[in-house]
Amino acid sequence: MPDNSSTTTHPDRVTLFASCMVDQLAPSVGESSVDVLEHLGVQVDFLDDQTCCGQPAFNSGFRSESRPVAERFVELFEQVEGPIVVPSGSCAAMVRNYYGDLFRGDPELIERAARVGVRLFELTEFITQFFGTDAISGSMETSATYHKCCHLLREIGVNDEPIAMLSNLDGLEFSELERADVCCGFGGAFSVKMPDISSAILDEKLDYIEATGSDTVVAADTGCIYQMQGGLRRRGSDVKVVHIAEILAKSIRNASSAGTSK
Amino acid sequence: MKPLTVNFRSKAALTLADAQIQQSIEHVYTGFFKGRLTAAGDTPEWEHLRTKGKAIKDHTIAHLDYYLNMLADNVEKNGGSVFFADDANEARKHIIDLAHEREIKTVIKSKSMVSEEMGLAEAMTDEGFETVETDLGEYIIQLANETPYHLIAPAVHKSRADVAKLLDDDYKDGDRVPDATELTMMARKKLRGVFERADMSVTGVNFAVAESGSIALVTNEGNGRMSTTVPRVHVAVMGMEKIVPSIQDLSTMLRILIRSATGQRISTYVTMVNEARKADEEEGPEEFHLVIMNNGRQKLLEDPQMRESLNCIRCGACLNACPVYRKVGGHAYGWVYPGPIGAIVSPVLTGLKDASNLPSASSLCGACHDACPVKINIPRMLLELRYRTAEGSADKDERTSSAKERGIWKMWRIGMMGRKRFDMGARLAGLALRPLSRGGWLKKAPPPISGWTSSRDFPSISSSSLKSKLSKRAGRSK
Repeated sequence: MPDNSSTTTHPDRVTLFASCMVDQLAPSVGESSVDVLEHLGVQVDFLDDQTCCGQPAFNSGFRSESRPVAERFVELFEQVEGPIVVPSGSCAAMVRNYYGDLFRGDPELIERAARVGVRLFELTEFITQFFGTDAISGSMETSATYHKCCHLLREIGVNDEPIAMLSNLDGLEFSELERADVCCGFGGAFSVKMPDISSAILDEKLDYIEATGSDTVVAADTGCIYQMQGGLRRRGSDVKVVHIAEILAKSIRNASSAGTSK
Repeated sequence: MKPLTVNFRSKAALTLADAQIQQSIEHVYTGFFKGRLTAAGDTPEWEHLRTKGKAIKDHTIAHLDYYLNMLADNVEKNGGSVFFADDANEARKHIIDLAHEREIKTVIKSKSMVSEEMGLAEAMTDEGFETVETDLGEYIIQLANETPYHLIAPAVHKSRADVAKLLDDDYKDGDRVPDATELTMMARKKLRGVFERADMSVTGVNFAVAESGSIALVTNEGNGRMSTTVPRVHVAVMGMEKIVPSIQDLSTMLRILIRSATGQRISTYVTMVNEARKADEEEGPEEFHLVIMNNGRQKLLEDPQMRESLNCIRCGACLNACPVYRKVGGHAYGWVYPGPIGAIVSPVLTGLKDASNLPSASSLCGACHDACPVKINIPRMLLELRYRTAEGSADKDERTSSAKERGIWKMWRIGMMGRKRFDMGARLAGLALRPLSRGGWLKKAPPPISGWTSSRDFPSISSSSLKSKLSKRAGRSK
């Protein structure tokens, strides 16, 4: 569980795990993560060989296909020391909470995976734990609400900390989202395999989003962001769904170009 | 009850399109779910109680033989009879034979999901016994000739007008809709006579206490208590996992069960039954029979990955928390137990082959795990069953994944096993989708993602990866 207070010493160097979705679909989330971490005085390394943690196939039941990909992840990231940061609660949960099941029957590999797992932090978890939720000042003129992505909330244990970060931004008018902790209906392959059910869950989420009257929805997992943004676009809504890394990075830029901060 | 798990998708689609049910089912969130949160918040030792509840169940299930024997011995010492039924047929036959032997005419039932497994009310009616459900929700369901929609609120999907139509033959659309109290009075009037003439009752068991040979029943209407006191023969039916070692354990379990089910601190009635009427007593049944049913539970017990599901105390909290249950409703799950708990036990109890859609029908949001009073890790077990369906089951009939699916995941793996392939795959997919893309989004995508674009725009794949973007920033890449 993250601690809201910052500690006096913090890591000055981390390795970024982008996640496959951020790497190929939403590189701006990765770039923003780097910007935010650098703003906090953390040097960010990137392992060029990285691909995926193996979650998509694992969640679909194809463990024999997932396992070599996950093993590859462990091999790659055990070559570096220090914290690993990923802008996704879902990928962090896969490595930390499910590699034990995936590697069942291989205690040595489970042990190696656990050693990587304890160094792996989701981005907002990392910021909260080592810098505090008030570490980032910035400026963003928008009205915003926050959706609590399921794996970040329930598997990693990050709850209201990102809201505290948003509340710290000048000009941002925050509205609480009703049922913020209820799933958006994404669920990876579930969204494609059972689109009618996934969309019905999404519809409820979008009704609550629209009821806030906010221009921006902030969330912390790319899959959920595309689910909500894809649904809002289909509704003809102008509401934008952004990753918390993006809004933080942009707020920092806004503040520094206005010369008010940094 | 015959499993209809194979119809999940079509049943779910019907419910998604039913505005009235969608509205009625909201109550499981606004009423039960929020009630549980409030009750848990008002209980300072809540997390401790959950941990204790889990420990009690883990221990009991690990020593189930021992405690079942202790229970049976103590029930018999108290003067009752015990019957171990290997399956639903055996249990049903035992109860029907008993009813014939005792020349029973009218059987009243209080709520029991295990009796639903047996299809008991229907079978007893077919045998010529007047058989009446006395739990209000179950009574409504019986009149409607349906199956329960929810573990603790069987008729939660019915509107008050639906219920009025079932209780009053003269009720017409457009008539004033009676309120809940009026509806309850209508049912009470019809049921009172049945209670008076009943000579046998069948009740469920919320918990059986091994050390005392007692059973505990949790109800809010009092029908359960009346069922255990008025008729001359009382038969209680339970799944073999519904057992706690001691009265102290019962106290813990009641506290978490009731708060998790309805948000009450205690239900209106908690009834304990130890024995039938003693020689010097004037009231109560003359006979007490306990039927303990296996019906596939041994399979769960012998399955280390699924065993934890036997810890379930049937509170319904996982249903109330589940975004999928709240959209597809209880009937879609096709057997006695709906929602997340149904999605993990039905495939094992009734067969994974026909039930393979159940574990897939989840976004893995984890709300069920969070809500469970005994912390059953339901998402882990959903993933285990998906694995068995995809490729892991030793029984090839249970491996129902399609060749196409297997092919897709094989391709995926090949693409993820090297960075060059990963980049090339993404760029090729991006190029293929580009003609369909407008302003970075697709209105219609080809398979296997066509399902997505039925209701949502799909994002275009970025023209360059994060890796290539970062490599342009000096001194960062490794």
